[in-house]
Amino acid sequence: MRNNFVRNSLCVLLGLLATSLALAAGADLGTTVKQETNWVAIAMFAVFVTITLFITKWAANKTKTAADFYTAGGGITGFQNGLAIAGDYMSAASFLGISGLVFANGFDGLIFSIGWLVGWPVITFLMAERLRNLGKFTFADVASYRFAQTPTRVFAACGTLVVVAFYMIAQMVGAGQLIKVLFGLEYHYAVMIVGVLMMCYVLFGGMTATTWVQIIKAIMLLCGATFMALAVLWQFHFNPELLFAKAVEIHSKHDAIMGPGALIKDPISAISVGMTLMFGTAGLPHILMRFFTVPSAKEARKSVGWATTWIGYFYILTFIIGFGAIVLLTQDPASYYVGGELAKGLKGGGNMAAVHLANAVGGNVFLGFISAVAFATILAVVSGLTLSGASAVSHDLYATVFMKGKADSAHELRVSKITTICLGIVAVYLGIAFEKQNVAYMVMLAFAIACSANFPVLFMSVLWKDCTTKGAVTGGIVGLISSAGLTIASASVWEAVMGNPKGSAWFPYSSPGLFSMSAAFLTIYLVSKMDNSKQAQLERSLYPAQRVRSETGLGSSSASGH
Amino acid sequence: MADDLAARIEANPKYHKFVSTRSSYSIMMTILVMLIYYGYILLIAYDKEFLAQKMGAGMVTSIGIPMGVGVIVLTILITNIYVRRANSEFDRLNAEIIKEANQK
Repeated sequence: MRNNFVRNSLCVLLGLLATSLALAAGADLGTTVKQETNWVAIAMFAVFVTITLFITKWAANKTKTAADFYTAGGGITGFQNGLAIAGDYMSAASFLGISGLVFANGFDGLIFSIGWLVGWPVITFLMAERLRNLGKFTFADVASYRFAQTPTRVFAACGTLVVVAFYMIAQMVGAGQLIKVLFGLEYHYAVMIVGVLMMCYVLFGGMTATTWVQIIKAIMLLCGATFMALAVLWQFHFNPELLFAKAVEIHSKHDAIMGPGALIKDPISAISVGMTLMFGTAGLPHILMRFFTVPSAKEARKSVGWATTWIGYFYILTFIIGFGAIVLLTQDPASYYVGGELAKGLKGGGNMAAVHLANAVGGNVFLGFISAVAFATILAVVSGLTLSGASAVSHDLYATVFMKGKADSAHELRVSKITTICLGIVAVYLGIAFEKQNVAYMVMLAFAIACSANFPVLFMSVLWKDCTTKGAVTGGIVGLISSAGLTIASASVWEAVMGNPKGSAWFPYSSPGLFSMSAAFLTIYLVSKMDNSKQAQLERSLYPAQRVRSETGLGSSSASGH
Repeated sequence: MADDLAARIEANPKYHKFVSTRSSYSIMMTILVMLIYYGYILLIAYDKEFLAQKMGAGMVTSIGIPMGVGVIVLTILITNIYVRRANSEFDRLNAEIIKEANQK
């Protein structure tokens, strides 16, 4: 085992070296400007890394079987898992992105935070306990429960890997840009540090280490954001009216920041974006995987209860932070604006509002803390993504499809570790390759695919008795292709990324969710209805037993993972 | 053994009643959340002026802000109300049904 670790680690280093040599020549300044090296931030981050590496060492001793690796042996409590889910979900994009959006447009930022939140009750009411009762390691376990294993698993693994890939690219590029601004490190070093640390956590500590990295990061982020919001409110005697009045007075858009602006244009886009966010959350493989880390359906429900509470609370904080930034940063343009001029925008870009506010309310030390939190946030999210991708390859493809369920735990574990290394290298490579690309659409694309491919298959296989393998897989593929295709045909990719002239995108709405998800559901329904093969009849006859298990938890995987 | 138990549970009318009670409760809660959320979104799409209205004379805060924060707070509340009922009442019924199947 130990030898394997050493050998694996060497592979990682060699791979990284090769990538860095190949790309060092081409790396220069991207869209963000490198700042002076911030030693306080680096020291804070070093403390975080040291603590998490110690936890990883402890977790490594507990990670002996495939079940330990994928689900921490099912030994996480509901409260811990709730924090970990929050840590997995509150990405740097939502912290910096939403507070930046509030800083720029006021009210509109609130619309996005609500959208990111409303998927959680849907997961709670419809999915959480059924997932826990039917699944073991991956959401494919649930979707393929009574279906033909090979096609369902291959589809689910593709759905997982595609979503993970787009989500990952967005995180890696965001990490590189952010760290360049916050720490003053070169872009490609930043991406490599993220890659190496993430591989260490996942490779040695599996789900146990990943969970604790996410929990610690969630606590740091919630504490930091609470402090900032309180510091802002304190200046206005805890009266939001005074805060808003001051913000309206000095914001360049004045009273417009108090009402809805240009974010929602037409009702169809509004509903489509809403559906993508709402049901996409219920189809994100790295989130779904978290439900298998708790011992029972009761704990799974507690997890989502806590996760929803923390995430909702956090979004209220980001709203206050955004308004605090409007008031406090505009009063000191010399420190926070390019060239000290309001018209030239914030140093480091609009997403830096929360980071600058940290400096304004807590000085350089608190700025260092928030920078370290932002870095830790990215690490926690990419670790969860990598683990999810690795489990799709080793559990769904290798152990179930390739070895027909006859792989022993040790082999499966080894395959997942090799996959983790490969995914880590691919992530670093993609992070560097996409440095200068516009990746803003990628998180939304990941959500669109999750809501159009993964969610309908999962939902119908668990809740509709007539659903068959053929129907589920065909519908899932339709959802996958249509959501990706319509995203490419929409203005955010066709015009903004591919450089076609304005107005040439033929898909007029901001998100494909409404159409691609409906297409997936309709295809699943029609193909299943037309499917009268022997296999289909067998699958329908297995539904009552599946339903007993999904509803009552009878025979579900125990805490020890069988 | 497990199949046997499953068949006995399947034959128990209490099980079917339990599943339909819990399902209709969760569907009702889902519809409630969707009404609140899509109601708010459609209000933004169709009646921006309504949300931009002031809370009171001489105030700056618009109606849309407490409403938006209200949607967040309601989402948290509804989720936790469901979790509480499912983890107490429903889990008790669930345990009873499994116990009955084991006794027969």
